[in-house]
Amino acid sequence: MSTQSGLVTAATELRVYAPAADLSIASPASRDAGAHARPLASRSDLRTEPGPIRFVIIALAVTFLSVFVVLPLVVVFAQAFSKGVGAYFSALAEPEALAAIQLTLLVAAISVTLNLVFGVMAAWSIAKFDFRGKTFLITLIDLPFSVSPVISGLVFVLLFGAQGYFGPWLQAHDIQILFALPGITLATIFVTFPFVARALIPLMQEQGTQEEEAAISLGASGLQTFFRVTLPNIKWGLLYGVLLCNARAMGEFGAVSVVSGHIRGETNTMPLLVEILYNEYQFVSSFAIASLLAMLALITLVVKTVLERRLDEGLVPHDH
Amino acid sequence: MSTAVARRSSLPGFGLTMGLTLTWLSVIILIPLAALFLKTFELSFDQFWGIATSRRTLNALKISFGLSFAAACVNLVMGTIIVWALVRYRFPGRRLFDAIVDIPFALPTAVAGVALTQLFAQKGWLGAPLAELGIKVAFTPTGIFIAMIFIGIPFVVRTVQPVLIDLDPEIEEAAASLGANRWHTVFRVILPGLVPALLTGFALAFARAVGEYGSVIFIAGNLPNVSEIAPLLIVIRLSEFRYADATAIAVVMLLASFLIIFVVNRLQRWAQNRTPVH
Repeated sequence: MSTQSGLVTAATELRVYAPAADLSIASPASRDAGAHARPLASRSDLRTEPGPIRFVIIALAVTFLSVFVVLPLVVVFAQAFSKGVGAYFSALAEPEALAAIQLTLLVAAISVTLNLVFGVMAAWSIAKFDFRGKTFLITLIDLPFSVSPVISGLVFVLLFGAQGYFGPWLQAHDIQILFALPGITLATIFVTFPFVARALIPLMQEQGTQEEEAAISLGASGLQTFFRVTLPNIKWGLLYGVLLCNARAMGEFGAVSVVSGHIRGETNTMPLLVEILYNEYQFVSSFAIASLLAMLALITLVVKTVLERRLDEGLVPHDH
Repeated sequence: MSTAVARRSSLPGFGLTMGLTLTWLSVIILIPLAALFLKTFELSFDQFWGIATSRRTLNALKISFGLSFAAACVNLVMGTIIVWALVRYRFPGRRLFDAIVDIPFALPTAVAGVALTQLFAQKGWLGAPLAELGIKVAFTPTGIFIAMIFIGIPFVVRTVQPVLIDLDPEIEEAAASLGANRWHTVFRVILPGLVPALLTGFALAFARAVGEYGSVIFIAGNLPNVSEIAPLLIVIRLSEFRYADATAIAVVMLLASFLIIFVVNRLQRWAQNRTPVH
């Protein structure tokens, strides 16, 4: 029973934020009856399919999502707890696991902070001013989304590796970038680069510049204007960007795998440790770490849903 | 450029923020990517061509692009069905399933990789019944295909969903009142309106699958020429210190993804021109 408790809690967390209507255990039939009881029944009849087809489409969608998306998630928790709760927690208390958790948190903290600062600056310059080449600049910011994670790691090997462009210089000065914290952080910053800027640019463009201009004309300084006027307006969008940035930073595998060197207890992040333990057939340990990352993903999704609602309430058009 | 800026110049900080943005962009994205192309230019064209068309590279590229295309096709069909169910129908748990669509986005790829492998391995929950039917998924190209379907599904759903929500109901009501049956209305009136979004979702899912590493390598089996994806071959060449080989494969993949971005941008422009902006 305990094997799936983690997921069940997570699932209920997801449900907590669904409106009461969806939590009711109404049968599909009674709900349909409700839908047709609306005055616009004849109108909405034109816009829907016959009952059997509706049923098949819903069944296909639900089955597909259950088999391909929910089941893998359930497997993670089932495997993690397959030898009991004790084995689960002792797997997480292994020094190697603790080192990986620590490294992951550190790398995420550094890269999210840097991307937050630069994402805000990029959004300010792009959203609040007009200049030529804006679309091109946004395309460049988006680039990491379309680069394979492995290539994102490779480029730093080409720069900082022993045979890389800066390799000899770094060696001569005894500076370690690859197979160490700086390399892992750089690769993580690369893959998470667009998140904050992408969340803020449409939001800040939508809000225009009037409020800021008013503040400036009333004598506020640039920084005062940003912190007192702009920041309160963009706080939910900013959190949204940071949330997604953080999830990716903690979960990144391909790019980090290329630059990490897999030094046990030193340069293994949580996703890398999942791989190593899995390849050593230490399934409970591997899935225990994986379950932490899965919980991170679920929490991220719940908070994301809440933030999206906040953003919608702010009457800001949003691409979801 | 400064004249263009002048229109909104009453706000401060353009020079500073733009300067820092460009610096940061260059340090993190542009210089590293430039290094990749610079490294490629160290090769003669014959060398580059030799690597790019060697049997193992060609097979890896074929596997990556071919299976990604097939997976994106499945995502296109299943994504449309899922969007339709989520947008047009009300059923218990609809909001939960709507949230579930994002799991492949949010779940770290390595976690997805080990979970899918465990699920489809010969003794796994789905692998065991499939094995009795004589179907082997894990450690075969089919496994790669399954993993690519998993990671691609949110792209189609999330691209098409807002377009279907915004679709003007009057168009299909008009079609229906003019005597079109439901089948005609859906396939001749509604789906054509979704084509740009569908193609964009398809391209995004395809691009993601081509570059995908973490969720694929566990379930792939990784047999050279059979189930070895291009990103894995890059990692293998790097571990053999064959940087030139790794770089050449990476450049081929990168050019392909640039082409996909270009196509997606065109598609979105096309979509904007087709439908009036609200």
